[in-house]
Amino acid sequence: MSAANYSTSEMMTIAASRLLKNGAVCFVGIGLPSTAANLARLTHAPDIVLIYESGPIGARPDVLPLSIGDGDLAERADTVVSTPEIFRYWLQGGRVDVGFLGAAQIDRFANINTTVIGDYKKPATRLPGAGGAPEIASCAKEVVLVLQQTARAFVKKLDFLTSVGHLDGGDARKKLGLPGKGPVAVVTDLCVMKPADVTRELTVTQLHPGVTREQVQKATGWELRFAKNVEESVPPTDEELKVLRDLLHRTAVAHGQAPAA
Amino acid sequence: MAEIVSLQSAIRAHLHDGDTVAMEGFTHLIPFAAGHEVIRQGRKDLTLIRMTPDVIYDQLIGAGCAKKLIFSWGGNPGVGSLHRLRDAVEKDWPQPLEIQEHGHGDLSNAYVAGAANLPFAVLRAYAGSELPKHNKNIRFIQCPFTGETLAAVPAIRPDVTVIHAQKADRKGNVLLWGILGVQKEAVLAAKRAIVTVEEIVAELNAPPNACVLPSWTLAAVCHVPGGARPSYAHGYYDRDNRFYQAWDEISRDRETFLIWIKKHILDTADFAAFQKVLAETGKEQLV
Repeated sequence: MSAANYSTSEMMTIAASRLLKNGAVCFVGIGLPSTAANLARLTHAPDIVLIYESGPIGARPDVLPLSIGDGDLAERADTVVSTPEIFRYWLQGGRVDVGFLGAAQIDRFANINTTVIGDYKKPATRLPGAGGAPEIASCAKEVVLVLQQTARAFVKKLDFLTSVGHLDGGDARKKLGLPGKGPVAVVTDLCVMKPADVTRELTVTQLHPGVTREQVQKATGWELRFAKNVEESVPPTDEELKVLRDLLHRTAVAHGQAPAA
Repeated sequence: MAEIVSLQSAIRAHLHDGDTVAMEGFTHLIPFAAGHEVIRQGRKDLTLIRMTPDVIYDQLIGAGCAKKLIFSWGGNPGVGSLHRLRDAVEKDWPQPLEIQEHGHGDLSNAYVAGAANLPFAVLRAYAGSELPKHNKNIRFIQCPFTGETLAAVPAIRPDVTVIHAQKADRKGNVLLWGILGVQKEAVLAAKRAIVTVEEIVAELNAPPNACVLPSWTLAAVCHVPGGARPSYAHGYYDRDNRFYQAWDEISRDRETFLIWIKKHILDTADFAAFQKVLAETGKEQLV
């Protein structure tokens, strides 16, 4: 790769943030999704409504939360409701446009695992578990996934299916009566994938600058499909990079992980 | 009516070996002081319920208080794994831990059903997920009106719920605010409830619609300033993120964990003494 003035991780966060439309109601997971959603809010989507599962609606945190229930989320929200209410009225009630999630493992139909690596009863690695993901994956009108692309994460077969993507493809979601459309995009540090029209299998539609098809294939545990016209992602703008870096720096200072400038 | 008593007497009187216990607080107002007192009093065979087990249950599990855990997200928020929980599930240490896992929407609905004295909660989720295969308490029913298939989970009815709140008045009425999680539902679903509070005041001065738990819904109210540390109490103190990060190292190794628990919890008289020892140890040498 040429000497770019940004990292692959920055490209991933910025590419994910661009998928969020201004004014969208977005149910945000902690970590990468929260970073990308707040970047969208601070750049092209000032009227985006961020909902966190701990209860804040319309959150505008000054720094990124370390936990899903940081006080700053509540302090700077339009309102704060109880956890049952967030899930019953707001998510299940059909008011969420985009569910924005991460995952430990993902398969070719964007089903995700956040439960165990290995056997469920005797796991090699016990992961944190479902959190709100099964309900978000079912009920949000659309789902966007963001995660680092490695062959360990992008697997042929999940060790455990925690939250549904497109199941075994085609109209499987519809047959099960799931209210939301499911994953519409997977954003990684290498590329952007979208489900194909009929099969719903993930297809690379966009490669980040300098990334080759071979590189993406190597980081994927199944034989990857590429769209007819694979586009190159627009590199991060100076403005996007500045806002993202400022946000991450403010966050590190606030959480005692970096000295104040 | 709630009795206003010491935390020691409240745990002794109301939380017994073998009980089903919910200590709730969604990142905010986690009742750490009460968790420590349960460890100090050596409670055994507890069934622990919590949406996010967090460091509080990692301590109880590692200290050997739990036989079963009902939960929906078991990580150290913002840091990574809960090592004591993982060691119990992966290696049966210090004893096997039965787990029953759910999603957040499901578990929060189950508390609502418990508070409403209904046998089960109903929600639109889990179609296609493998969780129901491993948890017989997630089942599917048909809506009698539309025929739609919906998920059902049994109501949660803890023997004891423990929460932390900002204020109580002298009669034991409790006021809490900020991120409320499922605390109100968990209290109303339980047979007995214990609340630790930051302060006891003459008047709550709560506005209408504020989250107030009347004294007559509670068994005991205990004055424990700082009782939610290292989590936070909105309006009183911030989350101690550095402790959550330090916990990763303290809890990673069994020996280090046991030494920490002995020094900070078993060998201290109460939460005030714990906080003193913690301050003396110094944050730099937390581990």
